[in-house]
Amino acid sequence: MNQVGEKRRSRWWYLLLLLPLVGTLIPPIYSSETPELWGIPFFYWYQMLWVIISSVITLIVYAITKNE
Amino acid sequence: MQWTALSVFIAFFVLVTVVGFLAARWRRGSLDSIEEWGLAGRRFGTLVTWFLVGGDFYTAYTFIAVPALMYGAGALAFYAVPYTIVVYPIFFLILPRLWSVCKKHGYVTAADYVAGRFGDRWLALAVAVTGIVAVMPYIALQLAGMQAVISAMGLQGEWPLIVAFVVLALYTLTSGLRAPALIAIVKDLMIYITVIVAVVVIPIKLGGFHRMFAVAQTALATHNPPGALILPNQSATLYATLALGSALAAYVYPHTLTGIFSADSRRTIKKNMALLPAYTFGLGLITLLGLMALAVGIHTSNTNQAVPLLFLKEFPGWFAGFAFAAIAIGALVPAAIMSIAASNLFTRNIYRAFFHKQSSEKHEANVAKVVSLLVKVGALVFILGFPQQYAISLQQVGGILILQTVPALVFTLYTGWFHRRALLIGWLVGILYGIYMWGSTGYKSTTYAIHWFGASVSAYAGIWALILNIVVTVVLTLVFRAAKVYNGVDQTIASDYGPNA
Repeated sequence: MNQVGEKRRSRWWYLLLLLPLVGTLIPPIYSSETPELWGIPFFYWYQMLWVIISSVITLIVYAITKNE
Repeated sequence: MQWTALSVFIAFFVLVTVVGFLAARWRRGSLDSIEEWGLAGRRFGTLVTWFLVGGDFYTAYTFIAVPALMYGAGALAFYAVPYTIVVYPIFFLILPRLWSVCKKHGYVTAADYVAGRFGDRWLALAVAVTGIVAVMPYIALQLAGMQAVISAMGLQGEWPLIVAFVVLALYTLTSGLRAPALIAIVKDLMIYITVIVAVVVIPIKLGGFHRMFAVAQTALATHNPPGALILPNQSATLYATLALGSALAAYVYPHTLTGIFSADSRRTIKKNMALLPAYTFGLGLITLLGLMALAVGIHTSNTNQAVPLLFLKEFPGWFAGFAFAAIAIGALVPAAIMSIAASNLFTRNIYRAFFHKQSSEKHEANVAKVVSLLVKVGALVFILGFPQQYAISLQQVGGILILQTVPALVFTLYTGWFHRRALLIGWLVGILYGIYMWGSTGYKSTTYAIHWFGASVSAYAGIWALILNIVVTVVLTLVFRAAKVYNGVDQTIASDYGPNA
């Protein structure tokens, strides 16, 4: 019973994996030149930032669900 | 002729060839079985899987085609970054289920899975043929990439390409999947060195990123049609559908699945999905090489030449040769994996399923080896028969086709609801509509505009075709289920897809 409940709860963590899709598949959010970072337009560094965020999210979900 | 670059290039190419042949001895198994030749015995751990699947992504696509589009059209090319961002979370959700069921039942290809799930060799045939045809333009893209670096060094004509492909074919024959896996390690080290040097040295020479982007923007504006440094809003749908479509396609491309099936556990796959974005970061930086080429004033009508010319202009000959070798080897590795994957499909799902049911393992492996050669010939047909303005279109054309296998390969992992005949007809409608859209541009572009109540939406044709495919599949499933049409025998049970299979 307890095990089943635990399994249900860990399912929710998978929803985190949808965040990178929301963050990167709606270009009007980030298609602008400013704010710049080290001379790099927002359009470019924002998406590169999501590479790291997405990797961290996946790592977290992996750590929680690695026995499944 | 760039003699220094050429000598360094040849030296590294020979080194890698030796590695390719020696790979047959690595983690030795009998190469007379297709599971050993084509999946290296499903024994690869986290690190080798990382290099192997990474080898599927770091290809001529990354190094030549994406920067070429950046050089010609600007921001649109950056869709490769969200593509390789969203691909891993999607993989994480889907692939462990597919890996488990395939391991449990000894499936070597995606079509094996479909055959088992529905007891239907015709649906499996559709998946197999799509896979084989769709990798051909992708292999052609690798050829285009190799040609770009070879001709940049001053070697003209087709023969250098032929030599490279004969070498590739030979070590694929002798070593199977072990060859690209081992070479991928050498190749990635070379590529990382090249990328790091390029993105540090060139912007410094150009006076910083701000100036580099500004000069590139001015150059893009003079192009016909004009390129843009920042994505214009009317291209947003195209950008997003190219990214999502490429990511979904990557999942069903046979060479990706070959890389995944050779992993030793579910955990290996999941862990890799968190580690593979390291490649995406590299890809993003490489994409910027297209802008750097603009900023240093490279002028060429053949956009594939942008990166090679940039290296020749900004680096000493020996380093350009090193970088070119990295690119050429980076084209050989995925080409090898792709041709192995396609020949696995042919052998298992066409040859054995329809012509030679009682073939021995050794006979199967031999057929696969021969077909891996034929697939490369098919790639040549694509590159000669359908010249594209941008080499990246070759990958997108393959994507239109392979995306039509998504309902049969993804949806069925979660539910037995879909009807096999509906999946087959949906697939056919999607393929025909996709080819029609591509054809309507004169086989030149994979972007298609749909007009809907006076509004016009441009998007990647692969996504339009997939939407139609899904609608047809769902509607017909309802019809066939209502009419109680026989839906085949399912070899698999629910627990085969889980962690305890």
